[in-house]
Amino acid sequence: MRISIEGIGVLGPGLNGWPASQAILAGAAPWADTAVVIPPGDLLPPAERRRTGPPVKLALAVGCEAIAQSQRNAADLPAVFASSAGDGDNMHYIFDMLSRNGREVSPTRFHNSVHNAPSGYWSIATKSMAPTMSLACFDASFAAGLIEAATQTLASGNAVVLIAYDTPYPQPLHATRPINAALGVALVLAGNQTNRSLAELEISIVRAGTASTPIANAGLETLRLGIPTARSLPLLTALAALTLNTEPAPEKISPDRIYLDYIAGNQLEVVAHPC
Amino acid sequence: MERNHLYPLQLSAFTLSTPLGAGLSATFGALRAGRTGLKRCDFLDVDLDTCIGRIDGLEQMPVHAGLAAYDCRNNRLAQLGLEQDNFTGAVGFARLRYGRERIGVFLGTSTSGILDSELAYRQRNPETGALPKSFNYAGSHNCYSVADYVQQVLGLAGPAMVVSTACSSSAKVFGTAARMIQAGLCDAAVVGGVDSLCLTTLYGFNSLELVSSRPCRPFDADRDGISIGEAAGFVLLERAASKTDPDSIMLLGVGESSDAYHMSTPHPEGAGAQLAIQAALAAAGLTAGDIDYINLHGTGTKSNDAAEDKAVFNVFGGSTPCSSTKGATGHLLGAAGVSEAIISALCIRNGFMPGGLNTQRLDSALNSNYLLHNREQPVSRVLSNSFGFGGSNCSLVLGRPGQ
Repeated sequence: MRISIEGIGVLGPGLNGWPASQAILAGAAPWADTAVVIPPGDLLPPAERRRTGPPVKLALAVGCEAIAQSQRNAADLPAVFASSAGDGDNMHYIFDMLSRNGREVSPTRFHNSVHNAPSGYWSIATKSMAPTMSLACFDASFAAGLIEAATQTLASGNAVVLIAYDTPYPQPLHATRPINAALGVALVLAGNQTNRSLAELEISIVRAGTASTPIANAGLETLRLGIPTARSLPLLTALAALTLNTEPAPEKISPDRIYLDYIAGNQLEVVAHPC
Repeated sequence: MERNHLYPLQLSAFTLSTPLGAGLSATFGALRAGRTGLKRCDFLDVDLDTCIGRIDGLEQMPVHAGLAAYDCRNNRLAQLGLEQDNFTGAVGFARLRYGRERIGVFLGTSTSGILDSELAYRQRNPETGALPKSFNYAGSHNCYSVADYVQQVLGLAGPAMVVSTACSSSAKVFGTAARMIQAGLCDAAVVGGVDSLCLTTLYGFNSLELVSSRPCRPFDADRDGISIGEAAGFVLLERAASKTDPDSIMLLGVGESSDAYHMSTPHPEGAGAQLAIQAALAAAGLTAGDIDYINLHGTGTKSNDAAEDKAVFNVFGGSTPCSSTKGATGHLLGAAGVSEAIISALCIRNGFMPGGLNTQRLDSALNSNYLLHNREQPVSRVLSNSFGFGGSNCSLVLGRPGQ
């Protein structure tokens, strides 16, 4: 599958937006493990904003960043949401209430418990009636999301925004499923190259038995292994290297070939070409 | 009208287990007999005044040998479903034909195996708060667990994922499968949905005052909420053969949309639902007049039925026969989409339109042609609606080939 990338959003530890993260991911600036500050979700109507937790605001923030860069209108774009676990804080609260007498689950907590809560809030915030997808594939959720978004783009010819996000579970669930920090990554995918294209990706499912591509920076590599969405970081480092505005422009002899772990002995092979 | 290049796809094999029974003949026999699978809630220690569609025997059922790490109510239900109607045999044949890595697994669920987490929270260590050692997150609670389990039981190794968009989940998997096959990432796909009873949905829907104390009564003037059920349904989807058997059932189109209105209340004019219906018809290259029967989402809540009625009436007018089968099965949540797609396939295969159960007095404010009695007559094409929380809408068109 060949698709082009028109916008990138990222928010996570030491990765505060794409412009600030580009040099870090390309290895031209140091990475520091700073806390993630998730913006308040100004796009949401006040009633909805009050009812949402970090995953919704994280998804909204990275999705908006990627779409702004693509200069497209969010209301026109189908959206694919990929997350391993959804809203862990909210699930913890519900399970805790269900273990107590009375079992009084709050209605808002309940409707926020669906895996597609961020996509529901997204469509309200962006006033988009385009289809949204919410999927899960454990540690390979980003890879599955990239496949879904790419096949959507190819099937319809329309641009699609992919929004991958994870936030940590609180204890005691954290002990059974450690997700080390919040991280969101968004990409705007389009079928054909336009003057807005930042890079072109060639994506295939392979059974090469190749190890997943690591990241040279030890801190970022720890991040990659500690958050399912961070399995996307090798792709983001390749995109950063391709798109970083340095003088003189780096000579690219061969395209970057990246392997992301997928499932059942498959890898996702992604070749990033400059535009 | 030009048909979308993704369709048609053939439903080469399918199976369904619901509160009406395990396997296609149990479900269809009950629909034809007008028998409901709903009864007073007897699930664990739930103290709600409601009716549920519980599948008997899951409490004692084993999961597949060698996959004990996936043991939970949801995967037991998946196992029960896979064992019916020689479905695994049909997948085995496809595996020989295409290769195990060329068949995808795309399943819908809303709550996966979270019942295990609910029960584990009752057994937290009083000092440390830790969950019991027997709790296995990845095999039960995690959203992907059921697709992982089913892929292994069926001996497949292609693309897989779980779609979790509340009550539209296992309708939307049909669209994913069509796109995956079109992109050449697989040659066939097992699509479906598995959703099982848990406390979160029972107490959660109750907190929203959306649960009826009686068996749900879709489109009734006095309807007052849903009855929650559980089910497992699976379909083997393949590209249509060049020479298709005229008795085959085909997926003719999928339409998806978002309400962009509210998290738990549908758009009052049914605007999102209407978009999904129109997109499904457009994908199939059909017009409203080509549809013989509509299997409604028809949950039995005031707002859902009113919104869906407006959407259906705006597209079809008041003549196309329609009904909800949730009076028989209950609301199957993440398994509703595939269950009702399979019921639609059975309607086509058997020339049958099910009358909606439990409904005594049709709401005069609703204008669609809601069936209260079964009809036996040829059915060539069916529209099946599934709408979920978050304003997630999906409509499917199924029918005979080449018409």
